Amino acid sequence: MSVSVQEADFDAGAEIAALSAGRDDVGAVASFVGLVRADKQAEKVGVGETAAVQAMTLEHYPGMTEKALDAIVAEARGRWDFFGARVIHRVGKLLPGDRIVFVAVASAHRGDAFAACEFIMDYLKTRAPFWKKEETPDGGRWVDARESDDQAAGRWQSPQK
Amino acid sequence: METKVLFFAGLREALGTGSEAVILPAGIGTVGALRDHLAARGEPWSVLATTKNLRAAVNQQMVGLEAAIKPGDEVAFFPPVTGG
Repeated sequence: MSVSVQEADFDAGAEIAALSAGRDDVGAVASFVGLVRADKQAEKVGVGETAAVQAMTLEHYPGMTEKALDAIVAEARGRWDFFGARVIHRVGKLLPGDRIVFVAVASAHRGDAFAACEFIMDYLKTRAPFWKKEETPDGGRWVDARESDDQAAGRWQSPQK
Repeated sequence: METKVLFFAGLREALGTGSEAVILPAGIGTVGALRDHLAARGEPWSVLATTKNLRAAVNQQMVGLEAAIKPGDEVAFFPPVTGG
């Protein structure tokens, strides 16, 4: 199973180990772990106006989210050579410091693993139906999509290989 | 046949519902037309017309507002995604 959407935490080390378990052809595993950051709201309202994020709730579209993640991994497979990929995204209530997302790619050489891992993460940010709601001392607010995320995903649209 | 329409995140909260069963009237054949049809109900549904960068999916595939729909489809409206 390469894609999971779950409330439970994950063990990044165990997931990385599983990608090369029982095989001797894996030369590289690139991985990314995303964490809930406490200062996100402060960053948006400006220096001095700190409204620290106390918690975050992740909503998703059951069914479509898994399909979208599968499609992103499949697209990565068409662009790079790799043996396996693992994507885990947590949903529900999370606290600052909690792990929220995990992406890892195992390949023969580091170039494919690094690129595919970053590609999957960039596409996940703009194409997988998840929505974050932050809880701050000022109340709850839905996080706005960032243009920088669209730009990060967009740079993969030019030929890569 | 009913068409299932789903709403997520801030849109779900603004509408006070996460899903609505709709009988598509004659002439409503695209996601955009369905959006306009629902928004014409007035408050709170008009939020569908005013949401910036409204996104949509048909049968769990992200589509543009010009995408065709037919009775029995699962249509979803939501704000731009913010996962990761």
